[in-house]
Amino acid sequence: MKITYREALNQAMCEEMARDDRVFLMGEEVAEYNGAYKVSQGMLEKFGSKRVIDTPITELGFAGLGVGAAMTGLRPIIEFMTWNFAILALDQIVNAAAKMQYMSGGQYKVPMVFRGAGGSAARVGAQHSQSLENWLANVPGLKVVMPSCPADAKGLLKASIRDNDPVVFIENEINYGDVGTVPEGEYIIPLGKADIKRAGKDVTIVAHSRMTGFALAAAVELAKQGIDAEIIDPRTIRPLDETTILRSVAKTNRVVTVEEGWRFAGIGAEISARIMEKGFDDLDGPVIRVTGKEVPMAYAANLEAMTLPSVADIVEAARVACGKA
Amino acid sequence: MSAQQNQGAGIMREGVFYDESTLHQLHDSMLYIRRFEEKAGQMYGLKKIGGFCHLCNGQEAVCVGLQHAAEATDYMMTSYRDHGHILARGTDPTAVMAELLGRAGGIVKGKGGSMHMFDISKNFAGGNGIVGEQVPIGLGFGFSSWYRDDGRVTICIMGDGGINQGAVYESFNMAALWKLPIVFVVENNQYAMGTSLERASAETQLFKRGISFKIPGMKIDGMDVLEFEKQMREAIAHARSGEGPILVEAMTYRYRGHSMSDPATYRTRAEVDEWRTGRDPIARLQGQMVEAGLATEDDFKQKDRDIKKAVVAVAKAAEAQPEPDAAEMWTDVYSDPIEGGYPYSGKVS
Repeated sequence: MKITYREALNQAMCEEMARDDRVFLMGEEVAEYNGAYKVSQGMLEKFGSKRVIDTPITELGFAGLGVGAAMTGLRPIIEFMTWNFAILALDQIVNAAAKMQYMSGGQYKVPMVFRGAGGSAARVGAQHSQSLENWLANVPGLKVVMPSCPADAKGLLKASIRDNDPVVFIENEINYGDVGTVPEGEYIIPLGKADIKRAGKDVTIVAHSRMTGFALAAAVELAKQGIDAEIIDPRTIRPLDETTILRSVAKTNRVVTVEEGWRFAGIGAEISARIMEKGFDDLDGPVIRVTGKEVPMAYAANLEAMTLPSVADIVEAARVACGKA
Repeated sequence: MSAQQNQGAGIMREGVFYDESTLHQLHDSMLYIRRFEEKAGQMYGLKKIGGFCHLCNGQEAVCVGLQHAAEATDYMMTSYRDHGHILARGTDPTAVMAELLGRAGGIVKGKGGSMHMFDISKNFAGGNGIVGEQVPIGLGFGFSSWYRDDGRVTICIMGDGGINQGAVYESFNMAALWKLPIVFVVENNQYAMGTSLERASAETQLFKRGISFKIPGMKIDGMDVLEFEKQMREAIAHARSGEGPILVEAMTYRYRGHSMSDPATYRTRAEVDEWRTGRDPIARLQGQMVEAGLATEDDFKQKDRDIKKAVVAVAKAAEAQPEPDAAEMWTDVYSDPIEGGYPYSGKVS
């Protein structure tokens, strides 16, 4: 079945809410407005106002509400219109949700999903265009999930809702309209499993979220130039499936990481370090990181495009990695 | 007088009768907390308790009064000044002391310490270390009761410092909007660490802080356990009735500093003495019980000796426990084992 990324997320939530009445959806504009990005379209009608709940604009408050409700055994899905606004809620995500099980000696679990759009949208400026996955993936107790296509969006969100721990689920606004084939019915992708989006033998490109599509486009161009790229999407940033990455590196001996976010202590830095620690002898050269430029996002179209990684940047990095630049 | 005769020995307080055994229970619980906190302070001085340690000496009537007014099934959470509340809730004091000492048998296995006491079997959800953080969490517990229609009330406790956090007003708004069964209790001990209420709050009548959310407020003497218990019952009944949240301001005072490292030089000796000698909740109840002929001063002296002995025994038992097993460091981070990805030690395989 071909559906959009947004419909896949909607299906995941609807199926899980039909299956388990402890699951509810709460956030700004999720009910009567049918979602700021229409991810929750039709859910109010389907499940009623007790389970699909519009909140005031009050991120810290309703994030904490989710934590408390989860501590009583409910399974909240807390939607942030975008992750930019979740910065207001970080105390509840980091200091409460992530640490509650540990601080309570295992007495209180926090089975909940914080979800919403992350990364850059189009022409919305600095405060609405940023990647926070490295901040959040740094925190023990959280899981961080980032789907790059409709099928992954559905399978990973269902797994996240069933998970017994707090899951940070970061969608991508620009991907919402992407169409892809999604298996019908019960389709669950276990968290912590990377996916090889394209098999190849010359260079491993590790990319997540929207950058996976960029990497796949780069692979098409690279193939024309005689470079066979393997594209790995970790899908879950924490826990990170390093086994799949290391296995690929053992085969290709060359690595490029790609992310929208800033370079400093980014996801590429973590992946590079792990390859250095555990796959050093497999490397023919240094890992090359393609990242967003270390500046706040500008509004002007040309500056915005320059700030984000491009397909050409990935092609160039892969050529450098393969000694062909 | 006739009411008392009909109901046996006790104290009548504006239509509410406290029988002899209830009065002893309230008294003993307050005195136990006082002696426990003194012991904790002593153990801290001996460096057996580390880190931050916030004692509640002086605030015992609030801890005991609200616990007595609540049902065991009601939810409760507070800030880091939590020893008194969890003890009043009925948690094993040895487990509380062991937690203070960082021992294996601590109520949270030595992973929380003074600020993070939790007891799910008593519906006590912390023990939260970030000022005001427990308020949105309490909102979630109240939401859960609304969602499940389980008849429980959430008692969400904060201080006069905590009530200035923005998260509190976000929570007030949603609690009132959805008529959630929550009693917000502000323990107004008049100092947020070293900052007096007047220096921190434009409106010092904290029970009025819910007005713009249409949350009714009550200001109660938190140094009189009977008065506090009685009015707290009304507040809980209001929340349970489905009429929505209510805000209780408990007027109280902490005899010690904010934490063990605070000499409290921002208060005058005369002010502290005025509360300690003039309004002490334990002495006050003792006086009321003596006056009612329910006990003598000698009875209380004996009781005090017994409680001190019990607290010493608890401290000894807790101290005899081992530290947590090293393997405990890795447990309770995630619910289920994580294949390959955690713990990430960085070891070269």
